[in-house]
Amino acid sequence: MTEAVSKVIRTEEYQLSMGPVHPSTHGVLQILLTLDGERVVKAVPCMGYLHRGIEKLMESRNYFQCMPYTDRLDYVSAMNNDFAYCRAVEKLAQLEVPERAQYIRVIMAELNRIASHMIFIGSLAVDVGATTGMIYPFRDRECILDIFNELCGARMTYSYIRIGGVKSDLSVKVIDMINVFLKNLSAMIDEYNDLLTGNEIFQHRLKNTSVITAEQALQLGLTGPMLRASGVNYDLRKDNAYSSYEDFIFDVPLGNSGDNWDRYIVRMKEMRQSAKIVKQALDGLPEGSVMAKVPKVLRPPKGEVYVTTEGPRGEVGYHIISDGTVKPYRVHIRRPSLINLQALDLMCRGYLVGDVVVAMSTIDPILGEVDC
Amino acid sequence: MEIADRVPQVLRDNVLITSIDGLFKWARSNSLWPLTSGLSCCAIEMMCTAAARFDLARFGYEVFRNSPRQADLFLVAGTLTWKMAPPLKRLYEQMPEPKYVIAMGSCANAGGPFADAYSVVPGIDKIIPVDVYIPGCPPRPEALIDGMLKLKEKIRHPENVQKVQK
Ligand code: SF4
Repeated sequence: MTEAVSKVIRTEEYQLSMGPVHPSTHGVLQILLTLDGERVVKAVPCMGYLHRGIEKLMESRNYFQCMPYTDRLDYVSAMNNDFAYCRAVEKLAQLEVPERAQYIRVIMAELNRIASHMIFIGSLAVDVGATTGMIYPFRDRECILDIFNELCGARMTYSYIRIGGVKSDLSVKVIDMINVFLKNLSAMIDEYNDLLTGNEIFQHRLKNTSVITAEQALQLGLTGPMLRASGVNYDLRKDNAYSSYEDFIFDVPLGNSGDNWDRYIVRMKEMRQSAKIVKQALDGLPEGSVMAKVPKVLRPPKGEVYVTTEGPRGEVGYHIISDGTVKPYRVHIRRPSLINLQALDLMCRGYLVGDVVVAMSTIDPILGEVDC
Repeated sequence: MEIADRVPQVLRDNVLITSIDGLFKWARSNSLWPLTSGLSCCAIEMMCTAAARFDLARFGYEVFRNSPRQADLFLVAGTLTWKMAPPLKRLYEQMPEPKYVIAMGSCANAGGPFADAYSVVPGIDKIIPVDVYIPGCPPRPEALIDGMLKLKEKIRHPENVQKVQK
């Protein structure tokens, strides 16, 4: 609407509720939109439709029994969540993880990161209307799931990374499967590039929409690809290296304008970097055991820890308080999806309704993690 | 005299005799239109089932609808919370008859790992009637396909279904 016309016609704001059942909200999220015509005036995410009380449940389980819940928090990257939880408990109980286990953990976490980013690409493609774009990443993700399936028998909820190490050593077959996958990954990413990245309509939808500046991103406390797309170089794998990440050479892809396009490109580039890490870790896999000596009944000493790990969506932090018994006194989880979702209002204001869907998609929230 | 006997000899090879009921059952069971209602983890497996590798389209069930008014199968995949229960019930009520419900995953069956949480409905059958339960956490895509084939059985031969005593 041009300036002149909008002065003559008085417009009125109205409310629109998107969700909780909506194909593009990635689960059960409700977004309360205030609209003026097609322009978004305000977008408020309304959460809690998947609140499962995980933090409370963990208080009534012992440290080992908490593992299944961390799997089901961010269900598309369960390895990364287990990893984060185990690191926190290990720090609390002062356990030393053998180096081989550290390497295996890195391999699995990075593979899961790739799988998670594939889901991102698939769902982004569906959300902008390119349904075929979903089929390819989902097909390729199956290769990673096959590896995990061979490793621990589960496709999504692994509990493979355990307190003190990992469940079992890598078999020859698993190593072969990972090598084959790494060989094919480059061609897979090229295929997504052909399908999506070069597509003009796709570019129009993503470029220069939902811009977040570096300053705003820091103020909102964004982490992970969301933050790096705005040009802030912050990656816990580099800045606070854990579990032997310092042994590997990799780049941290950065965006510069902080729009949807950058968030997409950053994740695309991250997949190649993850593959690079997996390759190095496989080649340099040290010998030794994969499990530390962990007591059958784990009673960490009194105290509290806060340990952060870089997940596919950002900083996964576990704050665990122990009172010296077999059960944690309190577990608080810093879920990156929840905090990244707070940027939604900023990302939607002034843009069109159609852009809300794309903004939601590039935040890439997992509702299990948002509501916890 | 049977109806089939009344068909003239020349047409015997070309005419099928059935009841209207049988025809509807046949049509319904071969093209279920599921309503996508992914609630949590299990929804990802549901998407995998529809994607390239498991390819639900082979069975004719791939037309995932986003509107309850266009669907006849309610595929509840994931954890149902008390906050989500009213919208879910409303979705079910908006679906036109005949309609079927599949509960996918332990959470939808009985609350799964969250059965003792204060916010989780211990099984969607507390809210809506369920036709087929698929166990697993999450059920593998093969299990979902099997569940849908079980539903097909049920639609075709309702008389064979055992009633579960609750
Ligand atoms: S049954 Fe398991 S995988 Fe499915 S929604 Fe429940 S916790 Fe998630």
